Amino acid sequence: MKSYSYFPGCESEATASPLGLSVLPVAKELDMDLIELEDWNCCGSSPYGSVDKLEAACLAARNLALAEKTGLDLVTPCSNCYVVLHGADANLKEYPALRGQVSEALAVANLDYKGGVRVRHLAEVLYTDITPEVIGAKVTKPLKGLKVASYYGCQLVRPDGFDDPESPHSLDELVASLGADVVSWELKAHCCGSSLVMSEPEVALGLINKLLRNAQENGAQCLITPCPLCQINLDVYQSQVNSQFKTKYKLPVLFVTQLIGVALGVKPGALALSRNIVSPMRVLAPYL
Amino acid sequence: MAETMVKAAEVGFIDEVCSIPGGEAIRSCIQCGMCTGSCPTASRWEYPPRQAIAMVRAGLRDELLSSNSMWFCASCYACTVRCPRDIKPTDIMHALEVLAIKNGLSTKRSRTPVMYKCFVDSAKGNGRVYAFGVMLKLFLRTNPFAALKLAPVGLGMFLHKRLPLKPSRIKGIGELKAILDKAKALGGAK
Repeated sequence: MKSYSYFPGCESEATASPLGLSVLPVAKELDMDLIELEDWNCCGSSPYGSVDKLEAACLAARNLALAEKTGLDLVTPCSNCYVVLHGADANLKEYPALRGQVSEALAVANLDYKGGVRVRHLAEVLYTDITPEVIGAKVTKPLKGLKVASYYGCQLVRPDGFDDPESPHSLDELVASLGADVVSWELKAHCCGSSLVMSEPEVALGLINKLLRNAQENGAQCLITPCPLCQINLDVYQSQVNSQFKTKYKLPVLFVTQLIGVALGVKPGALALSRNIVSPMRVLAPYL
Repeated sequence: MAETMVKAAEVGFIDEVCSIPGGEAIRSCIQCGMCTGSCPTASRWEYPPRQAIAMVRAGLRDELLSSNSMWFCASCYACTVRCPRDIKPTDIMHALEVLAIKNGLSTKRSRTPVMYKCFVDSAKGNGRVYAFGVMLKLFLRTNPFAALKLAPVGLGMFLHKRLPLKPSRIKGIGELKAILDKAKALGGAK
């Protein structure tokens, strides 16, 4: 069994709870020991870094300092937490002045970050450490005939992702290992608008519409994504897209862990499938 | 005399941007336009990415910092991975946002600056972000009527157990506040 320090991120426990809930039973099936980081705080997320760089670096550094004590890789299922924590670690190494200030601030709480944490995305751990082969070998309910479009979004693969930043393939390989049909589509790593859906909804809804149209035109019965923000935009706001653009999408958007869980035979309740706004039950019925 | 003043302005603004982590590579921009061509929201920017970078170098400080431009950056990093000069325009846009807020120049022609501030308040107050609270505060401060349009979305989330009505708070909130107070006392990132 492999152990990791686990950073759920704020949304995995709230607006993206199907992610936070489905990670745990899937990790258990895959012999991963995810040990939640004790009293973790908000990573800072992209908005904080656009308001105050030093405070944002301190928020991330408190988590890194706590994680360093565990001696384990820090794994998060959230793409934004991944980019922020990974980027903060890189900045602390690249900018000695910033590091000095952050050290001084952390010292107030008797914390110190020496730079020894490896920040990783859960999807990368599933792909690299667990591997599609091993996951495939544990499949008890092959998703034969299910057409799945993998939506990578942005921050899993950019700016410093583990996969090709423009034409990634890791999630497709994971989907294939579950026995499902991989949908080939052009916009799999294009932007969904992220948090602009709150402040500039018309911009984000336009981007979401393009993504849903492209996935549907290529035959997708459902989408999967690892990212809370992407899932919220494509699932929760799908009804808004339908009313704004007179479309009739009814495309379920699953977290990658939910789909893996179905194929591994995890009970639907434990995967929080009832919390997806566009119900995935119809397309998943043959496999449950 | 006029020439000297223009030069002073140029040096000032580009140095300000360069002093923020991630901002320094701006000097090597060749104005190829790859950033603007890659940007999914560029059509909404008053000055799209390539032009915004040119304005930093031309010293057009207040004009750029008070524009809506960088607030439409969704941090998709498409420009960053494509830039042939490794400039990281995404980081530059974040640096411009920091400067706009710090100087009280952030625009009202985008709701994003207010959203980001609500977000920071939430993260600071509880040590965790409470998305529902951020949304409510954003609508109250910008456009309460927009909340009506989004009521069905909120209700759907609530019925699917995705909208907790209470924020969660970390145990070490006092410790976190002490860290952030110290950061403030240190006067921002150098």
